[in-house]
Amino acid sequence: MNAEYLLEVDDITCRYGRDRAVDGLSFRARPGSLTCLLGPSGCGKTTALRAIAGFQDLEKGEIRIESLCVSRPGYLLPPERRQVGMVFQDHALFPHLKVTDNVAAGLRHQHENLRRQTVSSLLERMGLSALGERFPHELSGGQQQRVALARALAPRPRLLLMDEPFSNLDLDLRERLGVEVHDLLKEHGITAVMVTHDQYDAFVLGDEVGIMSQGNILQWDTPYNVYHEPTSRFVADFIGNGVFVRGTRTGDRTVNTELGDIEGTLDRPALTSAVVHVLIRPDDVLPDPDGPISARVSRKAFKGADIMYTLTLPSGTTLLSLFPSHDNFAVGDHVRVRLNVDHLVVFATENTVAESMTSSPD
Amino acid sequence: MRAIAVESSSKMRRLSHAIDRWTLSSILLSGLVVLPVLTVIGLAFGSTSDIWQHLLSTSLPHYLRNTLCLMLGVGVAVCLLGISTAWLVTMCHFPGRKMFEWLLLLPLAMPAYVIAYAYTDFLEYAGVVQGGLRGLFGWQSAQDYWFPEVRSLGGAIVFMGFVLYPYVYLLTRAAFLEQSVSMIEASRVLGRGAWSTFFRVSLPSARPAIAVGLALALMETLNDFGTVDYFAVETLTVGIFDVWLGMGNLAGGAQIAVVMMCFVFGLITLEHISRRHQRYYQPASSRLKTLPTYPLVGYKGMAATGVCLVPVLFGFFVPVLVLSELTWVYFDESWTPAFRTYVLNSCLLSAAAALIALLVAIVIAYARRLQGGQVLKVTTRIASLGYALPGAVLAVGIIVPFAAFDNALDAWMRAQLGISTGLLLSGTVTAVVFAYVVRFLAIALGQVEASLEKISPSMDMAARTLGYRAGETFVRYHAPLIRGGLFTALMIVFVDCMKELPATLILRPFNFDTLATHVYEFASDEMLGEAALGSLTIVIVGLLPVLLLTRMIGKSRNGGPDQPTRPASVASVA
Repeated sequence: MNAEYLLEVDDITCRYGRDRAVDGLSFRARPGSLTCLLGPSGCGKTTALRAIAGFQDLEKGEIRIESLCVSRPGYLLPPERRQVGMVFQDHALFPHLKVTDNVAAGLRHQHENLRRQTVSSLLERMGLSALGERFPHELSGGQQQRVALARALAPRPRLLLMDEPFSNLDLDLRERLGVEVHDLLKEHGITAVMVTHDQYDAFVLGDEVGIMSQGNILQWDTPYNVYHEPTSRFVADFIGNGVFVRGTRTGDRTVNTELGDIEGTLDRPALTSAVVHVLIRPDDVLPDPDGPISARVSRKAFKGADIMYTLTLPSGTTLLSLFPSHDNFAVGDHVRVRLNVDHLVVFATENTVAESMTSSPD
Repeated sequence: MRAIAVESSSKMRRLSHAIDRWTLSSILLSGLVVLPVLTVIGLAFGSTSDIWQHLLSTSLPHYLRNTLCLMLGVGVAVCLLGISTAWLVTMCHFPGRKMFEWLLLLPLAMPAYVIAYAYTDFLEYAGVVQGGLRGLFGWQSAQDYWFPEVRSLGGAIVFMGFVLYPYVYLLTRAAFLEQSVSMIEASRVLGRGAWSTFFRVSLPSARPAIAVGLALALMETLNDFGTVDYFAVETLTVGIFDVWLGMGNLAGGAQIAVVMMCFVFGLITLEHISRRHQRYYQPASSRLKTLPTYPLVGYKGMAATGVCLVPVLFGFFVPVLVLSELTWVYFDESWTPAFRTYVLNSCLLSAAAALIALLVAIVIAYARRLQGGQVLKVTTRIASLGYALPGAVLAVGIIVPFAAFDNALDAWMRAQLGISTGLLLSGTVTAVVFAYVVRFLAIALGQVEASLEKISPSMDMAARTLGYRAGETFVRYHAPLIRGGLFTALMIVFVDCMKELPATLILRPFNFDTLATHVYEFASDEMLGEAALGSLTIVIVGLLPVLLLTRMIGKSRNGGPDQPTRPASVASVA
């Protein structure tokens, strides 16, 4: 039985107290894929993860792992029988056990020798060999998370679930660990579902990202597409920086704005309104001494290699722009820029998410 | 990998029912607890005689007034003693601090009626103190000087305050220890002084813990029979004894008990609300830091030592000395084979009850953690209600259904098999142990719940996804983490069973005595000397778990590799 999808979440609804935390959620994950549920807090992503792990009843729908139903209304295959690994934001290491015993926790059915071998090879792979005899409270946050990951992977779960795995770590470490984990999961061909509110975590780890809001997925796409081709204002607002500029459609690929005609691939030709908002990302605005647009620097934020400038046009409209650090301007300076928009992301001017939703490409 | 795929769906159904077993057990167990409660309510409202009117017009207001005064007085006393000492030993540095940390627990071993007997002998007209004063000042009789009446409401408040404050002390101390160091440091950095930090930061965040301790102490106050009976302070409990055993009016006694249950239901609500406010998960980072302490030197240090010395001295050492002296004098009359039997009876009954109570509490609290939901919330509350019943009324609530069961079984067996089974439940130690479990389950449950709350739910999820069933998860991962809390539950229930008087008095089998009933009977006959050995023994046996607790506190302070969960075990003292 070689299922095309390892995990199938089929139209599930979960109640958490009085609210519907998850409301008609569906998605599928292929074997070996890394899936990310991304959304603000309270969007239901953690409840969805709990449902997959078997800690949350379903009111509606069905969850299948390797084509076998593990959850449906009134039925829950107990979590301990699902062969699902889990990693938590607070690491959840057993504080009374040494690192080796923590990692071995899921291997009690293995023979002692094999168990020791599994643990030591995993610890070595994670760069933790020297820490086996330590207790969790003697480890740094990053080390704890590595141990937690090793513990979850040791029993070779069919599916790895990660709940905000990097949220407790500092920025530098989380980027490094994100890449490390990504490589590790790919190397072992592990299917994983991660939930996070942090888009950068999602971009680093996810092959595919589902943007969640109010218990459901608004957009399901690759990180690149989610960023460049958001299909709704919610997603466009939630992902990345950017501003909306008002304009009128003058052709299939053109929108006329105060910045001039903006050309690009129009992702949603079905959008009917003539007056639209165009999404301008900071990386769409390039510094150019001969550029057609003149603007005043009203704020700057130094980001190391880049500087994020907030530019104000004479009309009062603001733009965000990411300049290389070499172009160092002061607040009040006038700069010239040009637009380079590949993906023309437009929404109807009326705040109608519904309309932009209906035109989303499938 | 394919193991699950080949399992039949019937297996799956069975597994999902396995989870429900917890819910079912929880409901059944809390049903047992609620049986006496329902019996009492039934007796109170099922009675035909119009006794409510009579009660209201005669003695009830009198009982009520005394009870309210007693509770108010004891409440103020335990808060003053408990909070001040808890703050001093956790936040300050003064001579003897380390010692007081455990010394302050000692009165926990002292039942209120024992301290009352001891001080009565000590402070009465014929006692050492008044005799000494008379000798010193040349007074001839009681007319020559004023001395406070020992056997009075005021006396009861003072003595109960001295032995009940450890409830507040223990919980408040644990709350202070758990407080985030950064919070206190932030307050100091923001310019608040030590006092201001205490009143604005430490005290408010310890408020839930204080309320829990206060609720426990007041429940004890309401239940007390020995002290108020001896001091002739006619509280509701005394009223129950008078109306039921004195006037032979079972329904009347049950009605007074219902009035009392309103009181204690209020206290339980206070406890649960406070625990809800207490709900949080310890920040991992601050757990390993040591609290900053204020150095108190000179007269300040001496004052701190004095504040801590008072409850230890008057709540423990003075009465113990008095009892020791009496024991010394009356030893030959007291140390008899019968006495040794009383000791054994008390220990066995208390240990059995404590173990059963702990197991029941674990099942109920863990079922709630596993399943959540309204049903289990209600069963947990109900299971705590047993505490609402004062020992005397609990006895009624148990005797009535137990006797009914015995009679029914006896009749059936005689009819079917011609065998008489006699008394199986009522009039046996089963009834006594059952009463203890019902009454003290709230303590065990509160302890287990509070301990479990400190474990992050993701710990459960981690263990379950690693292949451990719910029960295994508890045994392997929860129990070691909360063993301090489990032990504390066991200890407190054991001590309370040892001290328990009214229910034991009524439910014990014919000619069966425990230490408590033995002491009560001798004291009632004004034979305080002969009762001293028994009193002292209750104190000493009660002291053992207290000393173990103090050792645990001392150990947890030092940390070390044996105690990776050091702060958790301290925390679970709460």
